[in-house]
Amino acid sequence: MRVGLFVTCLVDLMRPSIGLAAVRLLEAGGAEVYVPPTQTCCGQPGYNAGDRAGARALAAKVLAEFEGCEHIVAPSGSCSGMIKTHYADLFADQPPLRERAAALAARTHELTDFLANVLKLDAVPGALAATVTYHDSCSGLREMGVKSQPRALLARVPGLKLTEMAECETCCGFGGTFAIKFGEISARLADNKCQHIAESGADAVVLGDLGCMLNIEGRLRRRGDMKTRVLHIAEVLAGAGEAS
Amino acid sequence: MQIASMHFKERAHANLVNVQLQGNLQKIKGKFVAKRRESLSELDDFEATREAGRAIRQRALDHLDVWLEIFERNAIARGATVLWAETPADVNAHVLDIARRHGVKKIIKSKSMVSEESALDRAIEAAGLVVIETDLGEYILQINDYEPPSHIIGPALHKSKEEVADLFAKTHATARKTEIGELCLEARGVLRQHYLSADMGISGGNFFVAETGSVVLVTNEGNATLATTLPRVHVAISGIEKIVPTLEDVATLMRLLPRSATGQSISNYVDVLTGVKGRDEFHGAEHMYFVVVDAGRSTVLGGELREALRCIRCGACMNHCPVYQSVGGHSYGWVYPGPIGSILTPSYVGIANALDLPQASTLCNQCGVVCPVKIPLPDLLRKLRERQFEQHLRPWTERAGLRLWSWLAARPRLYTLAMGFAVRLLRAMGGRERLLHTLPFGAGWTEGRDMPAPEGRLFRDLYRARSKR
Repeated sequence: MRVGLFVTCLVDLMRPSIGLAAVRLLEAGGAEVYVPPTQTCCGQPGYNAGDRAGARALAAKVLAEFEGCEHIVAPSGSCSGMIKTHYADLFADQPPLRERAAALAARTHELTDFLANVLKLDAVPGALAATVTYHDSCSGLREMGVKSQPRALLARVPGLKLTEMAECETCCGFGGTFAIKFGEISARLADNKCQHIAESGADAVVLGDLGCMLNIEGRLRRRGDMKTRVLHIAEVLAGAGEAS
Repeated sequence: MQIASMHFKERAHANLVNVQLQGNLQKIKGKFVAKRRESLSELDDFEATREAGRAIRQRALDHLDVWLEIFERNAIARGATVLWAETPADVNAHVLDIARRHGVKKIIKSKSMVSEESALDRAIEAAGLVVIETDLGEYILQINDYEPPSHIIGPALHKSKEEVADLFAKTHATARKTEIGELCLEARGVLRQHYLSADMGISGGNFFVAETGSVVLVTNEGNATLATTLPRVHVAISGIEKIVPTLEDVATLMRLLPRSATGQSISNYVDVLTGVKGRDEFHGAEHMYFVVVDAGRSTVLGGELREALRCIRCGACMNHCPVYQSVGGHSYGWVYPGPIGSILTPSYVGIANALDLPQASTLCNQCGVVCPVKIPLPDLLRKLRERQFEQHLRPWTERAGLRLWSWLAARPRLYTLAMGFAVRLLRAMGGRERLLHTLPFGAGWTEGRDMPAPEGRLFRDLYRARSKR
């Protein structure tokens, strides 16, 4: 099974270890991983800021890079959600591209959904002796239907105990450029999230989107919490959790 | 209402640092959410009901002109008068004209958000008449010098019991009450006198029913029933989009509206008011008027935001919005706050008067998944953003930044070179803590947060090295 890994620009730039963890997990599930070397960004920043033309150019690039793959997987609900639920709209007035986008969308998956439902991963390589809480990122949850998959996978990590926090489905306040345009509001939402993480008593918060990670970790540290770890689920499942 | 939607960011800041308001918001946060969830569990199939609600509202909008004419015909047949208001100013002119015609001196009102659009109460007072709001929340705001509403179904939700107690003691010149029950009784005592002495009652309209020419009012306090049946004249004001074809449709929508709004299976009162009082009838107004308001709606109907007109004003989108919950309804600066307000306000008062609103959302889609008539709120906000981008209504720096990113991301070799340099630099700047306390071009981020530093290498480089092993 040839699986194209859409690394996402944030992982490429900020946390390449998450991308490597995703490769290990896909390989552990028996997939043949293909990483198109020219890939960059899915176009979401432009799309959400109203720059349709800019977003369209990048979406066409992703289409060309990944069309040869049986499946396309991203370690992000946000970027996979962009491809799966918004690309067809982006090309609404260009029928040939729209059809290609729809075909790609049908084969696009968020990482944990793919591991749990397509590869049906029974055992995971990782181990983590810690109590963790899971933050449901917005696009993953509400665009990609990611809710039970990460929890089912975390349950297979030796040593790991999951404890749910209050309002785990509420936005952390990242919202892409929203975090910069409305920094004060964004930081308040992030602060609410940090409060719920603290109240859960977990040693670490685990999640599936790097945007939320940077936001939550950034706010935790500014609050003076240097201890609570912020981990991408790919790192936890693949066993890089301890090293990060 | 005075338009303050251009000052969203400043108002949001003031509300974020207002300790009293934050305390009040904290208290109500989650209550609507929990009650809604509980009451929806009574429905066998919420998603199917929601889809039926969407279809009913969309069917009405698809042939709105036809339904409006049917409504007019049936309302007239029952002895009512139908007046059309193209602008907010027309609403006030119609109401004052009706008042003059019937020699009205005192008007009582039940809640109408549409009448807030034209600041009707102020216009009535300016004409030398008395107007009394009878919805408890609206009454509280009226006696506080017409403080603007902060929520479409709970206009005074931002106020604490203590603030209301102070306001009542001052306005009514009575001993300060501390219990909510006592406060309600005091308001009732004051308002009862007005119901009995008013010449005219004004209501809003949750639905206008085409097949019967009726107006449907969904309320909890009973004030709307009194305000519309005791005085000689009843004027119902609502938007053109509030048309629903049949009473059967209303029944379906009523499965959704109270549950989505307050988490009630049904509101305490549902009035269906049809025509003037008949010869043998005890209840009802002798004269009935409908003021059917456009005020920007027909323009929305003809554009790509038309789905917003399906709105049945339940308030679920704001109750579930993390931004609304943090900054409160007053930040949005006009009649309708929260996600739906961020679409309606730019549409009705002009996109240039509400530049922040379409942007003031994380697009988390919590609003979209709770909307009982499936309005794709994030998609509509994004369409407004596209309009702003096309019309150059965003800062040039933002535009330049986006264009630079798209340009660079389309050129992988250059991107790799530039980004490889950038991540090494940021990694070095992060120091031993691996945290950046300030960011070039990112002050908005670092005012309230640090930025975790990048690892310092690009994935593409690490992956290539791994593959060569």
